[in-house]
Order: sequence, then C-alpha cells, then structure tokens
Amino acid sequence: MLIFEHSRPGRRAPSLAPATAAAVDDIPAEFLREQPPALPEVSEMQAVRHYTRLSQKNFSIDTQFYPLGSCTMKYNPRACNSLAMLPGFLARHPLAPVSEGQGVLACLYELQEMLKDITGMQAVSLTPAAGAQGEFAGVAMIRAYHRSRNDQARSEILVPDAAHGTNPATATMCGYKVREIPTDKQGDVDIEALRAAVGPQTAGIMLTNPSTLGVFERRIKEIAQIVHQAGGLLYYDGANLNAILGKVRPGDMGFDVIHMNLHKTFSTPHGGGGPGAGPVGVSSHLEPFLPVPLVTRDGDEYRWVTQQERPQSIGRLSAFMGNVGVLLRAYIYARLLGREGMHRVAEFATLNANYLMKRLQAAGFDLAYPDRRATHEFIVTLKRQAKQQGVTAMDFAKRLLDFGYHAPTTYFPLLVPECLLIEPTETETREELDGFVEAMCQIQQEAESNPELLHEAPHTQPVRRLDEVRAARELDVRWNPGA
Amino acid sequence: MPFVPHTEQDIREMLAVIGVDAIEDLFDEIPAGLRCGDLGKVPAGMSEQAVTRLMSRRAAADGEPLCFIGAGAYEHHIPAAVWQIVTRGEFYSAYTPYQAEASQGTLQLIYEFQSMMTALMAMDVANASLYDGASALAEGILMAVRSNRKSKSLRILLPRNVHPAYRHTAAAIVGSQNIELVEVPYDEAGGHTALESLATHEGEDIAAVVIQQPNFFGVLEDVDKITDWAHSNGALVIAVVNPIAMALLQPPGRWGAAGADIVVGEGQPLGVPLSSGGPYFGFMCARQQFVRQMPGRIVGRTVDRDGRVGYTLTLQAREQHIRRSKATSNICTNQGLLVTAATIHTALLGGEGLRRVALASHANTRALLDRLAGEHIRPRFNRPFFHEAVIGSALPWSQLLGPLYASNLQPGYELAQDYPELEDCLLVCATETKTPADLDLFQSHLARVIDEQTTAGCPVQPKMA
Repeated sequence: MLIFEHSRPGRRAPSLAPATAAAVDDIPAEFLREQPPALPEVSEMQAVRHYTRLSQKNFSIDTQFYPLGSCTMKYNPRACNSLAMLPGFLARHPLAPVSEGQGVLACLYELQEMLKDITGMQAVSLTPAAGAQGEFAGVAMIRAYHRSRNDQARSEILVPDAAHGTNPATATMCGYKVREIPTDKQGDVDIEALRAAVGPQTAGIMLTNPSTLGVFERRIKEIAQIVHQAGGLLYYDGANLNAILGKVRPGDMGFDVIHMNLHKTFSTPHGGGGPGAGPVGVSSHLEPFLPVPLVTRDGDEYRWVTQQERPQSIGRLSAFMGNVGVLLRAYIYARLLGREGMHRVAEFATLNANYLMKRLQAAGFDLAYPDRRATHEFIVTLKRQAKQQGVTAMDFAKRLLDFGYHAPTTYFPLLVPECLLIEPTETETREELDGFVEAMCQIQQEAESNPELLHEAPHTQPVRRLDEVRAARELDVRWNPGA
Repeated sequence: MPFVPHTEQDIREMLAVIGVDAIEDLFDEIPAGLRCGDLGKVPAGMSEQAVTRLMSRRAAADGEPLCFIGAGAYEHHIPAAVWQIVTRGEFYSAYTPYQAEASQGTLQLIYEFQSMMTALMAMDVANASLYDGASALAEGILMAVRSNRKSKSLRILLPRNVHPAYRHTAAAIVGSQNIELVEVPYDEAGGHTALESLATHEGEDIAAVVIQQPNFFGVLEDVDKITDWAHSNGALVIAVVNPIAMALLQPPGRWGAAGADIVVGEGQPLGVPLSSGGPYFGFMCARQQFVRQMPGRIVGRTVDRDGRVGYTLTLQAREQHIRRSKATSNICTNQGLLVTAATIHTALLGGEGLRRVALASHANTRALLDRLAGEHIRPRFNRPFFHEAVIGSALPWSQLLGPLYASNLQPGYELAQDYPELEDCLLVCATETKTPADLDLFQSHLARVIDEQTTAGCPVQPKMA
C-alpha cells in the first residue's frame, strides 16, 4: 500500500508545521498556485508506521551478509553516524563564515592529508559527490592538462573491456572518444594490444587495480611506462581501493590522477544508493586543475580555497562543498581505525576473500581465474551449471535471497559468462562465510535435483520475480489514481 | 582491531584452508618494489570514546549562530521522526536496489518520492534524484540538448540572476561538450529577467532557456511570458525551483500555455539539514515524452509472477552500466538517503504543511525587511519576491559583517563576490524557524553596528569591569 492510499482529506500532523496567516497579500495572484499538490494527508503515526514497515522490506548490511562484488558492503560503524550528526555540524550553513566552521574545516583538512598519504598523491580535493563525479573530475583534469600544454590532438581515452560502465560514460561526458583494450587469459590488460593502441591521440587510460576481475594488475609499471611514453596520463578508478589499503599506493604505481569511493573503502553508508563521496587525488603536475573548493590552513586557521586562487581549476561540481556529512563519517572512520587499522582492512578483506574462494572451489564451483590470488573479491562462473542444469547466475542469485544472503554482483564484469562477483569484506566473521558456502552447496544440489526451485526463486521475499519488460513498456513512474 | 572480528584461531584455520603460512603471502602478486611502508600521516587509532570527545569539541566550535543566510540552502524545521527512520539500518546500510525482490522498501519509497515531486511540480515524470541542485541543472542542460529535436544548436540562455554557483557548476560540467551558455542580464530595477532582454535573441536557434523561480535574488519571474517566449522560439524551458516555494507558487507544469519541459532544483529544503553544504539532493522532473532522455535512476511499478504489485528500477538501458559510452550520463547513484528523508518529511507535512512553511517563511522575511528598512537600509529591487530578498546598505557590508559575526549573527550572503555591480547588497532570508525575538535581535545588532560605524573616529570605550 502506498502512503497516498493511507491519505484522507483534511488529516494532518499539526505540531510539525507552523500556524500562520492563511494567505499572503504581497504576492500577486498570477504567481500563486491554483490547485494544491496531491500529496499524502496522514497522521504522524501513520507515516512512521508506513516507512518503518517499508524499511523492513529491505536487505541491508545491518541485517544480512551482503557480498556484493565491487561495492565493498562492510559494516558502517554507528559512531560515524551519530558523531557526524552532532547539532553543531548539522546546523552550519554552507555559506557561513569560516570563523564559524573551524571544527568542520579541521576535520576536512585532516581527511585531505590522510587521503594524500594513503594514496601516495600530491594533493586531494574532497568535493566530488560520488565516484562517478570523481571520475568526471579526473578526466576533466586530464583534458585541462593537455590543453594547458596546447596539446590539442589527444582525443581518445583508453578503457579496458573489464572496466565499470562509468569509465566509458565519463570519458564521453568529457568529450573524448573511447577505445577499449582487451584483457588477456589471466585477467591482466593485454599489453601488446595496449602498445598498439597508444599514440599521439591518447589522452589517457582509465584503470582499476585490482581490476574488476578480482585480480591485481601485475604489469602495472609497464602499463604506466607505455602510456606515459605516448604522452598520456593514467587515471586510477578507486573502486577497489579496499583491497590494497596500506599495502600499495596508486601514486607509487604511476597513476597521475585517482578517485576514491569513501562509501566503499571508508565505510560511509550506501543509503539505498547514495550519498557517496568521490574525492580526487593528483600528482603535482595536475594540482592546479583540482576542482574547488579545497580546504587549506593559514597558521592556525582553516579556510576554503576558491576559484580565484586556482584560475586553472576545472571549476566547481556542486553548489557548495560536496557531501560534507559523508566526508565527516569517513574522517571519523579513519580516526577509529588509525594507521594499524588501515593495514588490517586490506589484510582481512583479502583473507576473507581467499578463504571463501578456496572453500567454494573445494565445494566444486568453477573460478574464473583459478590460478590467481583473490584480492578483496573473486569471480565464480556458473557457465557449467547453465549448460548442464539450465540454471543461470540470476537463478543462483535469487535463490540466495531465500537463504537470507544478499546476492553477489551478477553479470558483471561482462567478460565472464554467468558470473558471480563475490566480495565478503573484512568485517564478516568466518561463521558467516561458512554459512554462505553451505547455502551455495545446497543451491547446487537443488540445481541438480529440482532446478525449478531456482527458476522460481525467490520464494520468501515480499514479491517474487518482477515483470521488468512490463515495467519498461507500460511505464508507471508515479501514483496517478485518475489514470 | 576495530571492526575485524577474527580470532587468532580463525586466522590460523583460514590460512590453512587457503594453504599459505601468513596473511602477507596473499599479497605475493603485488611486485615487491611497489609495496608501501607505514602511513606516517595517518594518526594512531582511537577508541570510540576518544573520538566522541574530539568530534563533540569540533562540533561545538562551529557554534550556534543566528543565521539569516539562504542563497540556495534553507534552515527549516525537520520533524524528529524523519532522521530517526532514515537512519534505521535497513535504509541506512542498504545498497542500490539492484535485487528488486530484496529492496522493495527502497524501491517503493522512491516511487512515492517520484509521485510527490511530480505532484509538487505538476509534471509527468521524475527521476530518483541527482547529486544536488547545481549538478541537476547541468544534467538538465545536457538533457535539453538531447531532447530538443527542433533545435540544432548547443546554445542555452542562462540568466545572470540564476544562482551563481549553479552557473559555475553547469559551465564546469557541460563545458567539454561544446555547449554555449549565454548570459541574459537582469532588469536593473526589478532584478527579474525582462522580456526585452530575451527579445535580443529573437529568431536565434536556441536549445533551451533556463528560468529560476524565485530567482537567486528571491525575486519572482514572469514565468508565463518567458515560457511562452521560449516555446515560440523553438527552445525548451528548464525550470529551476525551490520545492517548498512550489507549495505556494504556480508550479512549472502550469507555466505559460504549455508548461516547462524540464524541472530541476535543490531538494535540501525538504527535510535535509544544512550540514555545511551536503549531502543534499537534486531533483529532476520532465514531460513524459522526454523520459528516455532523463539521466539517473527511475523506479517503475509492475507486477510479479503472481500478479502482485511490486517496484523495480526501469528504463535501465539509458544508464552507464548498460549503455557505457552511449549512456545519458555517467551517474550511477542517486542521493538515496536524502530522498528517503525528503519522502518521509513530505508525507509528514503534506501539501498544507509545506504551504504553511512557505507562508511563514515569507511572512518572516517580509517582517524582517519592514524592521530593517530605514535611513541606511533599503530593499534593492522593486518586484514581488518569495521568502528571500536583497537589501542595499548605505555602508559597505564588508565593514558591518565582522562585528555582526562577532555578535553571533550571520545576517545574510554578501552579493559583491558574485555581482560586483551589487556592491553593498546583502541577500537575506528568514524562514519559519525565526521568531519575532530573533528578528528584533537582527534589527538591534544591525542598528548598533551601523551606529558604531557612522560615529567612526570615536573608538569604542572599553566597558568597566
């Protein structure tokens, strides 16, 4: 039932809105709304009950194991939320003077400094609102760099075929053509294809390392050399930074510009799809182009760095400072972990992934790259099951929901047929991983004995499989009782 | 080890299953020369108690000022229920609803959000949100260029009285696609976009005209005339609006003969705290015919195999994870948690509650202007406004602001930094959160500071202890 269907004309939550004069006399009628909007009219308790019940229809980290590959669904510490929501932080207006904001600015400045150290980059801007906006900022800086050198011929961005969809979409948004680079049999970038692709038209390459195939790109130094020699720059997609935190730094690998996903590596909540935060880091030759605002310190006082001080900046990406509340949560997380905790993130994320991979392999599942170490994630391919039992990765995913496990990422990366991309993260216990293996084994038995059970799954959720074709064809995107 | 649950025994047994001796062995594919040392600039870890102390001190350092700044972010009362529900783990710690059956809570909520936004804006369709109002305008411009089949041009008329940070953001985001943003001056006396200033573009090929209502100065635009002018010139209309204002003012779907084509704006006034600028959310609505050109996520209602109603992400063929380099945008997230807040907030207030917030905010700003007007302070523009206005001062604000800040009062946003021609002008806003006593305080502090400044040369005598 929709909130609109609980509505009754004239029902209110009167203590929540101001009592006020019924009309205005200084705004002429031509500017005023004629019909009130058709919004719900419900009591406070009705609204609370409705949205509490809706929440209970969600899987979440707080309620289930959520091994969604490439998304780093680890525990979101509660302290990060409650401390980022202290009244002093929430009440501050974005355009308030910096004298009334030294607390929040100190946190942001220290976060910038920590991120520089963790990534090995020269300078960081916290302002991008999400990973995709960080990517945009990164590629826009690559473009600004080449233009500043009057190098106008660079029209192409190279993207491995295993990359996230945001990479090619971003390159297009920045006015570049995209050229795909194939992957070799071991999951590394095909170096010979790369050599053949680079040239004076190459603006840069966008890479994720570890890649979306769950393996570390071993010839990264060689890749950096090939691209740099051709005059291009290296962009690091920080989606998988959790795997290497405190072990190896993008700056040391030869990357010129990177973005980080604080909602992954720094455990800020995913919130049902946002908000994230996608800070960017750069080496010194790209520093003048960083998006504004940045935070700096003069003596004991923190303040914003604006476009006036950075005439070559690619500009601003949102009206104010980006997702400050998310940045505060990341800062608090970093302080709780400290430097020892940072190292352990990568260690235990990798331990959990390799353990789960070995156990699933021992249970008879096929790995996409059996000869490689897992990083913080790995890929199981169900190609054999699809052929022999007629069950797909989607069937396995839906059946896992019945066992109380969120499904891994399915059908990504596109290179591996019938794949499950599995990322357990460092915050899960061994028992939870063992339970997941048992569920997978039972589903495999069901696939052999009663595949219908999988085709028809899920059986225990608020709805069964949805008609997505109908959703797109008979588009219904708003409550419209008259229609 | 914070948030790592492994016991020594777990580690031993897990390493044995993997067949290695130490965790370090799991990193043997990383070339040795690349391994990094200690993270020297990351401090040692802290206990939750110690971090609580640190953060409490820092939050307190940001003070509790009396704030009359608006300029695109507005202080409104947020019912207690909103964030208590938003921070339930089931909303807070869920991911994007790709597994629809296990995400019906988030999906239905987004469908309700889309329904609320289309109702407020009187439009056909809405998406699940974008990052903020400014980036939503940039996406709206890109969408207009894709959607306008009558126009071959990449020219957008963007009035100077649209929020300056929105104009800068739009320039940064659409700049690399050869889109030309043409500034339209505002009327010197009224602060609005006069039809005469558009008339100089009569007959040109223009993809879209942007109209902000109320505009950055709080001034109301002649939205009907501008919309009709744009349409008669083959241009689409992109409306930029404040959602609270739309409970009171004519919504974009009703502008002119045909209504606006694309509507964007900042959703922060609907239940989102000021929080130094974010996270907020941008919203976007459009006519039905443009839905396939919309960026971002869209939720649709459908049925499951038993014919039961359910909700799912739809029209995903527009998006980056399917279309890659041909997607409508690179965006993948929406601002889910903020949309959750806005939906609960709007349900709690309803149309009448939002209208009262709009009325009370406007009445407070009106009352503030009446109190301040006098020898030294006057309204800068002579047009009708909504809940925010520009005041001019006979004295430079740069001299007045410091002493006012020192009195714990943030009187408004100084316009000179974005509008050199509006030197000595301040943009002020008093929402429903302000009481008559707050307005009195503004008046008395300002009078005192002006008095101090006009009797300059007389140094202030220190008070006797």
